[in-house]
Amino acid sequence: MWERIRVIITKEFRQTLREPRMRMMVIMPPLFQLLIFGFAVNLDVENSKIAWMDMDRTPESRELRDKFDASIYFQITSEPRSEEEVRSLLDHGEVVGVVRVLPGFARDLKRGKQTAVQVLVDGTNSNNASIVTGYASRIISSVGVPAGMVAPVEARSRVWFNPELKSRYYFIPGVLMNIIALITLMLTAMAVVREKEIGTMEQLLVTPIRPVELILGKTLPFVLIGLFDVFLATGVALLVFHVPFRGSIVTLVAASIVFLMTTLGAGLFISTISRTQQQALMSSFFFFMPTFMLSGFSFPIRNMPVAVQYLTLLNPQRHFIEILRGIFLKGEGFYVLWPQTLALFVIGVLVLGGSTLRFHRTIE
Amino acid sequence: MNYRRTKAMARKEFLHIIRDPRSLIMALAVPMMMLLLFSYALSLDVDRIPTIVYDQDASPQSRELTARFAGSPYFEIISYAHSYAEVEKAIDRGDCIVAVVFPPDFAHHLRASKPTSVQILLDGSDSNTGSIALSYAESVTNGYSMEILHRTPPVDARIRVWYNTDLKSHNFIIPGLVAVILMIIASLLTSLTIAREWENGTMEQLLSTPLRPVEIVVGKLAAFFLLGTADSIIAIVSAVYVFDVPLRGNVLFLAITTGVFLVGVLTWGLFISSISGTQLMAYQIGLMTSFLPGFLLSGFIYAIDNMPVPIQVVTHIVPARYFITILRAIFLKGVGPEIVWQELLFLVIYAIAVAAVATKKLKKKVA
Repeated sequence: MWERIRVIITKEFRQTLREPRMRMMVIMPPLFQLLIFGFAVNLDVENSKIAWMDMDRTPESRELRDKFDASIYFQITSEPRSEEEVRSLLDHGEVVGVVRVLPGFARDLKRGKQTAVQVLVDGTNSNNASIVTGYASRIISSVGVPAGMVAPVEARSRVWFNPELKSRYYFIPGVLMNIIALITLMLTAMAVVREKEIGTMEQLLVTPIRPVELILGKTLPFVLIGLFDVFLATGVALLVFHVPFRGSIVTLVAASIVFLMTTLGAGLFISTISRTQQQALMSSFFFFMPTFMLSGFSFPIRNMPVAVQYLTLLNPQRHFIEILRGIFLKGEGFYVLWPQTLALFVIGVLVLGGSTLRFHRTIE
Repeated sequence: MNYRRTKAMARKEFLHIIRDPRSLIMALAVPMMMLLLFSYALSLDVDRIPTIVYDQDASPQSRELTARFAGSPYFEIISYAHSYAEVEKAIDRGDCIVAVVFPPDFAHHLRASKPTSVQILLDGSDSNTGSIALSYAESVTNGYSMEILHRTPPVDARIRVWYNTDLKSHNFIIPGLVAVILMIIASLLTSLTIAREWENGTMEQLLSTPLRPVEIVVGKLAAFFLLGTADSIIAIVSAVYVFDVPLRGNVLFLAITTGVFLVGVLTWGLFISSISGTQLMAYQIGLMTSFLPGFLLSGFIYAIDNMPVPIQVVTHIVPARYFITILRAIFLKGVGPEIVWQELLFLVIYAIAVAAVATKKLKKKVA
């Protein structure tokens, strides 16, 4: 039996890696995706362009301006003189906000009367807008506090795991998951469907190879390719993006193997329901897209409706992302991550088992 | 270009699409699925951040500040810890994102008019939620401070939000979704169409007919244009009527821009399929040159301004970037060509350029 499996594995490896184009496919798309994702996926807000409208023109208002200028969050790029100019700046999206100091600002401050600074924010990008609003109010409320006056209660904050609050560190482990899930899912589905389409499946079936051996032979090469991509992506994450890696490699490899069970199972399942490569590609996209969106990669799971939140417990990608973030950022091992790993394992066994049964039936 | 031959080609292609029920369902189901996902399940709004409180003081003052956290829409106190270890465990396991820790002498210091502090512990791994949580926590504490001093803050920041007054992420994302959906159709369906003909050997048959390359391109384009139009109508109508996204601008302008964009991306899909020999290859290139940039480099979710400069330069050749800007301008800002004419101009040039290249490429391959 092992001899026959070995033959299939060799055949499958040759078939996948024989063509230079296919060799490239194992390396280039993951690299390309990792780099684009890594650089583009970023929710940090820095150097937001704002416009400054000073209708007071006093030392006090200039001091406020300096505070905005000195902050890493803002960058004053224009000084509109009229309402029309403000409108046009915001309409064109040239600035995300306009700060307007009204006449009488310094006078009121000196008299100890409460005064106001207007901040006009473009809310189109709601997420950016709420962060910008927070930063702006923080700066504004810090002016005019008399020297020597200490706030009775101070908030002393400490940030764990990602002290610089860089969103890249949060996203990159998810990108890694995305890459190995997509490539192994697609390669597995295509490997089987291609044989069906070309008609070589019949030839394979008349040989003494049994279905289980065929499945093992077909999927094992992709486990290796998947693991290769895990290493490739981890290397890029560490070298190019300087993401911290606080956990252990052994945990990473072990968890990846458990995760690969689910993607290979899903790929196999797709191959049983598709007759043509086009159908297989579209089905894998149709399957991959929602699972990726609902994995907590970018959109927090706690924002989802409660029913959907429970549904995501069936999503292997969700568990693997949590595991990866635990390993990379928090340095956790299986003593913390065992529930996710167990869930992955159960899902993997079910999906792989189910697909194998279905595969059996479709070829008989 | 002969009208009758082109029409025959379009008809053939259209029949191909509707005869393969799975492609047709995919072409219509993918947009619906995306719309449903983004409208019901996915949101970037930060509110009800799970919070744990460790009150070592248990005084009226600490309870008062706790009540303010509980009363804020941004925090939801899900448990009270009785030891520091419990706080650590809750954050480690990801049960809470924020912990508020009161020192044992909190009220004592306040009564003695001595400054004191509360500790805010934060799981920063999700940096976006983290930084928003941080600024809300500070403003809750500041508000309490000011009230103890019996003063109003000397300067009040009066925030006014334009275009998306409630700062709802749905209003931000759904207009851009129209562009992403069309990018998917282009990369998934269109890029496979010519590659399939090459793979099945039917391309030779087509070429032995009097059809000229330009007629093949236009014919295929027409069929997919119809499908893309159906998708855009589904997306726009459900955005406005089902998901209540405001549509403040001109509908005619919206239709024209959508048409121009559609021609550009569909032709790009055809171009890909004419340069790649196999469907798998075409699909991969399609994914990498249409869908991924459309999703990631267009400002759909991730702001272009926050990207490193080289990547920002690259985004200038992503047509979805311009289309999304126009979509948001029409939907949320209610402005028209007077503001976004440059973006429209780019889309027109892009469509013409890609169509020219695609036809030329096909001609060369045929000869």
